[in-house]
Amino acid sequence: MFTYTIRRLIISIPTLLFIALVIFLLLEMAPGDPMAQVPLTVPPEVKERMREALGLGDPVHIRFFKWMQQFFIVEPMHLLDGLFGTSFAEGQQRVISWQTRSPVMDIVMQRMPQTLWVVAMSYVVGVLIALPIGIYSAYRQYSIFDQAGTFVSMVGYSVPPFFSGVVVIVIFSVKLGWLPSIYDTTHVVNDWESFVVQLKQMIMPVMVLALQTTAQISRFMRASMLDNLNQDYVRTARAKGLTEAVVVMVHVLRNSMIPVITVIALGVPSIFGGAIITEQIFKVNGLGQLLITAIQANDLPMVQTLTFIFAILIVLFNLIADVLYGILDPRIRYD
Amino acid sequence: MTETAINPEIQKIRPPRNQWWDVWDQFKTHRGALIGAAFFIFIVLGVFIGPWLWTIDPTYIDIRARNSGPSWAHPMGTDQLGRDTFARMMAGGQVSIAVGLTAMTLSLLLGTAIGVLAGFFRRLDGPLMRFTDLFLALPLLPLLLVIILLFRDSLRAAFGPETGIFILIVFVIGITSWMQTARIVRGDVLALKEREFVLAARSIGTPPRRMITRHILPNVLSPIMVSATLGIATAIITESALSFLGLGFPSDFPTWGRLLYDSTDYLQQYPERVIWPGLAISLTVLSVNYIGDGLRDALDPRIRGR
Repeated sequence: MFTYTIRRLIISIPTLLFIALVIFLLLEMAPGDPMAQVPLTVPPEVKERMREALGLGDPVHIRFFKWMQQFFIVEPMHLLDGLFGTSFAEGQQRVISWQTRSPVMDIVMQRMPQTLWVVAMSYVVGVLIALPIGIYSAYRQYSIFDQAGTFVSMVGYSVPPFFSGVVVIVIFSVKLGWLPSIYDTTHVVNDWESFVVQLKQMIMPVMVLALQTTAQISRFMRASMLDNLNQDYVRTARAKGLTEAVVVMVHVLRNSMIPVITVIALGVPSIFGGAIITEQIFKVNGLGQLLITAIQANDLPMVQTLTFIFAILIVLFNLIADVLYGILDPRIRYD
Repeated sequence: MTETAINPEIQKIRPPRNQWWDVWDQFKTHRGALIGAAFFIFIVLGVFIGPWLWTIDPTYIDIRARNSGPSWAHPMGTDQLGRDTFARMMAGGQVSIAVGLTAMTLSLLLGTAIGVLAGFFRRLDGPLMRFTDLFLALPLLPLLLVIILLFRDSLRAAFGPETGIFILIVFVIGITSWMQTARIVRGDVLALKEREFVLAARSIGTPPRRMITRHILPNVLSPIMVSATLGIATAIITESALSFLGLGFPSDFPTWGRLLYDSTDYLQQYPERVIWPGLAISLTVLSVNYIGDGLRDALDPRIRGR
């Protein structure tokens, strides 16, 4: 298992490098010019110097290696400096955003809490709702509850977030006026009142995102439970006189959770990507919204760094899912 | 007491029958799928034949009738320029469904080709599957946005604003959604390759090309059909999402996603305007998903006939 993990980690390095290269080359073809906003009165030679100051003067491969070096060496060193007060990254060039002329990673760090609050919370909520639904619909297969669960998850699959989000805004903000339609990121929680306000503004985005998660996970949970409920060991467990609760909630559930946990792990990065639309609707200024504004403003360092972060998350969670599968299921041996 | 006399009904040999009739019989028992199929046919017919009956031009601007609610003259009301929403919904539906169908076809062709090649030829298996894994590791929505931003202007210049964007969106959705099909098809081909009939075909000297078209492809048809229905659903949603983010079709060119995006600006005053395109997208996708669900059951011989 350990050697397998190490091997997978080593394989993921060239994969990530290749993805970085693809992203970089794709953005290399971008038609936009970072100097487009500079006034026309600025002479061309000054513009050329500004361009070089942004690091655009070098050939493509040099810039790629510079970006990789900044991303993998300078930024972690900077993080260490921030944590321990050392000065490894003193005077080193960091990845600079063209929009704000500040380091990309600082902006990402500023945006991270909003995304984590809303998106991670919605994922947790979605999973917590999905698991009992999946378990019960499998246990009472073809019952009214199961049919309703199937329908709800079909709706969850079919209604895109840009519609469900808008509908809940129409109902709860415009018609009823209960909840704010815009997520206020400057809001500080320091007492009970402000906590209620925070809760109110989080309900809608969290529920919209959780609907999608619930639809997916509850289907998986149901299918996995159904696979296990007819197995011989379940009959054995019943035959030796265990109560129904113990049979279902301990024996069957533990075995059914194996594939579900890997699916949950695989869904984590896609939630980061999928939250782009939800963040846009509720005006949450998280990572997804950062990406959209960067794309519209032609801020290439920001776009490539963010996309690469998403890619790292995907590769990492794929690895985690595979390793978890091996750890949880003793029948699976990778070596 | 043993019963020697077997029921004559069973003994009578059933006349040979196309297997698709069995599939249809099983499909009929899935009520959701049947309703979904009826609804999808209704939407497709309504969207493509409807403009012949409802002859208001979706781009005709009647500024005096702007922002009007539902009436006999305009069943779904009009927008801020007085364009008839019903006509625009049909025009938008044509584009959305056309994008869904063509993008699905493209991704199916790619996925099936890669899946069959990887499953059938052992030498290609490793590289093609690594390639698939690589695509699965790419963050797709951000990349979609970036690609559209990059190539929008050049394709617009080459094919005109509407066709250019159509080609771009179909192509982009197609090349980013074939991976699941490829994986499923490869798995099935690998299993099929070990079966006796393939061995028999090989022993009489069938060339690989004929083997694939004659023996392998018909047997992997059912997973392909199921992923086809799911492919339509995801393609419609992706197109709407792109239009919603303002990176899809131009604003005077209606698609369901674009209509939804445009009406969110008037959310406070005319909330009902958001409902029509959203409902159309959701119901179409829901019906397609139900068809897929029914097809999966109908095409699975273990479930069929139970």
